[in-house]
Amino acid sequence: MWRFLTRRLIFFVVTLLFTSLLIFTLTNVLPGDVARTILGRNASEAQLVEVREELGLDQPLPLQYLNWVGGYLTGDWGMTFTSPRQPIREVIGRRLANTARLALLTLLIAVPLSVTLGVIAGLNEGKPLDNIISILSLSVVSLPEFVTGLFLINVVALGTGLFPPSSAVRVDTPFFEALPALWLPAVTATLVLIAYIVRLVRAGIIEELKKDYVNTAVLKGIPYPTVIVRHVLRNALIPTITVIATSTGWLVSGLVVVETVFNYPGLGRLLIFGIDNRDLPLVQAIVMVTVFVILVANVLADLAYIALNPRIELT
Amino acid sequence: MANANSPLKSASGPAAQADWQVVVRRRLRAIARFIRQLFAQPSAAIGTLIVIFFLILALFGSAIAPYGENDQSHPTAVAPGTADYPLGTDFLGRDILSRVILGTSSIFVNAGLGTLVAVGIGTAVGLLIGYQGGWLDEVVSRLIDAFLALPALLIALVALGVVRGAVIDPTPTQRFLLDNSVLLVIAAVYAPIVARVVRGSTLEIKTLEFVQAARIRGETVPYILFREIFPSVVPALVVEASLRFSYAIFLVAALGFLGVGARPPTPDWGLMVSESSGGRFQLAPWALTYPAIAISLLVIGVNLMSDGIKNIVQKSE
Repeated sequence: MWRFLTRRLIFFVVTLLFTSLLIFTLTNVLPGDVARTILGRNASEAQLVEVREELGLDQPLPLQYLNWVGGYLTGDWGMTFTSPRQPIREVIGRRLANTARLALLTLLIAVPLSVTLGVIAGLNEGKPLDNIISILSLSVVSLPEFVTGLFLINVVALGTGLFPPSSAVRVDTPFFEALPALWLPAVTATLVLIAYIVRLVRAGIIEELKKDYVNTAVLKGIPYPTVIVRHVLRNALIPTITVIATSTGWLVSGLVVVETVFNYPGLGRLLIFGIDNRDLPLVQAIVMVTVFVILVANVLADLAYIALNPRIELT
Repeated sequence: MANANSPLKSASGPAAQADWQVVVRRRLRAIARFIRQLFAQPSAAIGTLIVIFFLILALFGSAIAPYGENDQSHPTAVAPGTADYPLGTDFLGRDILSRVILGTSSIFVNAGLGTLVAVGIGTAVGLLIGYQGGWLDEVVSRLIDAFLALPALLIALVALGVVRGAVIDPTPTQRFLLDNSVLLVIAAVYAPIVARVVRGSTLEIKTLEFVQAARIRGETVPYILFREIFPSVVPALVVEASLRFSYAIFLVAALGFLGVGARPPTPDWGLMVSESSGGRFQLAPWALTYPAIAISLLVIGVNLMSDGIKNIVQKSE
């Protein structure tokens, strides 16, 4: 087990390093001058020199990289270039909190719903109920987030008046005050996840039902519903934890689009804002933070998996 | 399949010629059988027909579309559907039907060709690291693992966001790269996934006798990779490619919507949806609805087709 955890930890560090190298390479090696990218084509030579000095662009590339990574470790993430200039770390912290609550609400809706649907589909493999769930989740997965989001805004929010059509709340709105504005974005992000989780839960149930112990339990005279609840579900749902953790990546991509559609002040909206305004240090920091969060979610899932399934073989 | 007329190294002369004719005929028969099996499944048949429909629009769109993509010919600019403008016009008076039709080719070029390039690179890398093994496999596989931990949309956004407007006077090479940046980004983010799938299949196949026989005959590594192992990888590859294609359509549409893909006035579906959202939706809801339907319909088609392909491959195993 320790060997497994060490491996995961090494993967964690290697992936973060790889991400930092990739992001650094993307921003420095792709055609174009970083200072020019940030300031735009009308910048004067003096302004360019100033930005180059602030970002240390006059130093050799390896040194620049070390300074940049060192900055993250010591907490000095630099300043945004979009005015008013603010410390990147504080801006990201506030936005991350907003994205976290949207993600949490999404998972609270998506996980129980899709696990239930997946279990129902798996227990009724090949029957009409299974087909209905499969077709529904296939059609949902074929709709891009921005299409469902715009549909919800224009038809549900504007049509019924029950929800605000825009989720552009102030950045530091308390949770319950912001809640009405969170429902529609959360539902949109749920639709991204639902098909994915349903499919994997369904497959898990079907595989588990084929195992010998199910027959043994039934032949022993245990009522079928009891076998399902006490044995099959218990075993089939443990991998679901991993599924939910690996779907964090999907959730993150989904939230970038969802936050943009609903104008919700989260990290994803900030990323698009950073890209639109060519604020490279901000964009780099957002990507690093996002990847860090995804990796932490994966490690937590591994730990939960170990805790729930003591007999699992770890390599 | 396409390289069937390159001479086989292990044989020559008239016998070899007859050999490759047999091989070609056998492969054509296999393809025909595959298509029959695809159309035998009702949902896969519908999906494939949807994809073919859009493919025709992509290839012959300029002949089919009633107006040019940026013609502002409508007398009153924004208008709902009429006989002359079946799907209405957008906020600039451009015909929606024409723009949806002409936008098809951009989705097929970016998502389709992007996926094909990813499949090409991924296959070559996957075959090589799977067959060679050792430290090469260890290093490249770990890099792929790390890459796959990153959401594709995030990488695509950053790459496209950075190159946009970074170069003031692009050289011809830079111009080419900029013009095809979406296609290249799709290829780059999906190649590692394809490589992993191909590597997995290669690991199983390389232990089989015919591969060992080729090695003992002293065939070169490229020959063993592409002539001996590759044909057995094709089923897994086709499944993965069709799945990637549907993700790629999503990604291209999302990038267009987020404003880092195609630029106005390109008739890109994602861009059309974003241009017609917000206040403009009340003005012309149809300008948003039809491109959105087009994206969803194409994705449904590709998903149904891809499910059908997966069924065939799984059954034959």
